[in-house]
Amino acid sequence: MTQTNSQTMSRTTSRTTIRVILPVHLRTLAQAGAEVSIEVNGQVTQRAVLDALEARYPTLRGTIRDHLTQERRPFLRFFACQDDLSHDSPDAPLPQPVAVGEEPFLIIGAIAGG
Amino acid sequence: MSGVRVLVGTRKGAFILTSDGKREKWDVSGPHFAGWEIYHLKGSPADPNRLYASQSSGWFGQVIQRSSDAGKTWETVGNKFVYDGVPGTHQWYDGTPHPWEFKRVWHLEPSLTDPDAVYAGVEDAAIFRSTDGGQNWQELSGLRGHGTGPRWQPGAGGLCLHTIILDPTDPERMFIAISAAGAFRTEDGGKTWKPINRGLRSQYIPDPTAEIGHCVHRIAMHPSRPGVLYMQKHWDVMRSDNAGDSWQEVSGNLPTDFGFVIDVHAHEPETIYVVPIKSDSEHFPIDGKLRVFRSRTGGNDWDELTKGLPQTNCYVNVLRDAMAVDSLDSCGVYFGTTGGQVYASPDAGDNWAPIVRDLPAVLSVEVQTLR
Repeated sequence: MTQTNSQTMSRTTSRTTIRVILPVHLRTLAQAGAEVSIEVNGQVTQRAVLDALEARYPTLRGTIRDHLTQERRPFLRFFACQDDLSHDSPDAPLPQPVAVGEEPFLIIGAIAGG
Repeated sequence: MSGVRVLVGTRKGAFILTSDGKREKWDVSGPHFAGWEIYHLKGSPADPNRLYASQSSGWFGQVIQRSSDAGKTWETVGNKFVYDGVPGTHQWYDGTPHPWEFKRVWHLEPSLTDPDAVYAGVEDAAIFRSTDGGQNWQELSGLRGHGTGPRWQPGAGGLCLHTIILDPTDPERMFIAISAAGAFRTEDGGKTWKPINRGLRSQYIPDPTAEIGHCVHRIAMHPSRPGVLYMQKHWDVMRSDNAGDSWQEVSGNLPTDFGFVIDVHAHEPETIYVVPIKSDSEHFPIDGKLRVFRSRTGGNDWDELTKGLPQTNCYVNVLRDAMAVDSLDSCGVYFGTTGGQVYASPDAGDNWAPIVRDLPAVLSVEVQTLR
């Protein structure tokens, strides 16, 4: 089996520990540190990561995604591996380094004054 | 031993100010929820240790906090505010249809009898109720659905339901107010509602005496006389003696009848307070003088109260939820400013002193009288 096939398998069937970095106010709300680790089953997508994050930290429900539409709140961005993933499909696989826990998935509050 | 607890919501957190019955020395705790906007926090009349707080942010949306130990510790509860059914549209500023969108909770009104029951007034305007301590929220959709909802338009601050008054003599009767739709009343616990705006006159709408469209800033009621309501409208101070069926103006000799707050003395139902603001385009006191006006006759005849308040170069505002009274023998009156001051008068307004001077802009002030 090639390495690529092995990685694909791990992303689609295994249970993976994903690293997520939270903005300051959500750390306070979750009573967690800057970086949290969560377990994701199956394919590692934005939706799967956020579902797992909200299941682990229920106080974050509604603060990252709209309760009803499940869309990203407009002043938040999702970054990983130096790319802006904010406008990617929530069901698209996240970059491999995120999926294997090497790189974190970053939730960022858009910079604004005030 | 008696005392008071003043609950202050600001642009950057909540603060709790406590004092004994003399109200001279104050302990200040906070900021709670530092960095978040706290539109309102209020204690349960049925259990003074139970507090509710509306915490919100442009980035992270709405959070509701609950305390069962008078604000020493807090628990995050439910923040899922979903309109009942298909939300439909209200009018946008330019009169075009705009979909109903939940933005934030402006006001939390705990039940008079049950610490786990609480109402929430939200933007875009609707009223929600929780009966499990804020974990779950259900809209009382008869308000938006009674017929005039599609014609409601936002005020400058948004289409917000900012005032909820519970009738202590009739658990089925409530009054609410919306900027800029007007005042509404239910007599069946929130199932059905009717506009109660007859007598209001607003020059900024096409029909100045329309059934809805009035920018009501605040309504106040004395618990011993739930049929008498006082209103600070965008312009005009108003009074109703029939639970809102009709209103008459009682602005009288006020130097300006624009303003946001209005409240009633705890022991004198005809003694009311307002803080006149220059105009709708200049949201600060006239001539830089911060003055509270008190009427002991239920309106029309007003006396200015200035002792201890800045009388030069003061250009703050006092927002609609930022005045409250305590019910100690000598009624205390409190208000907060957009400059971050919270002023207290332990003698019904005769003398004032700041409790704190440099908080973030104050959005709301509530008082719990502790006995």
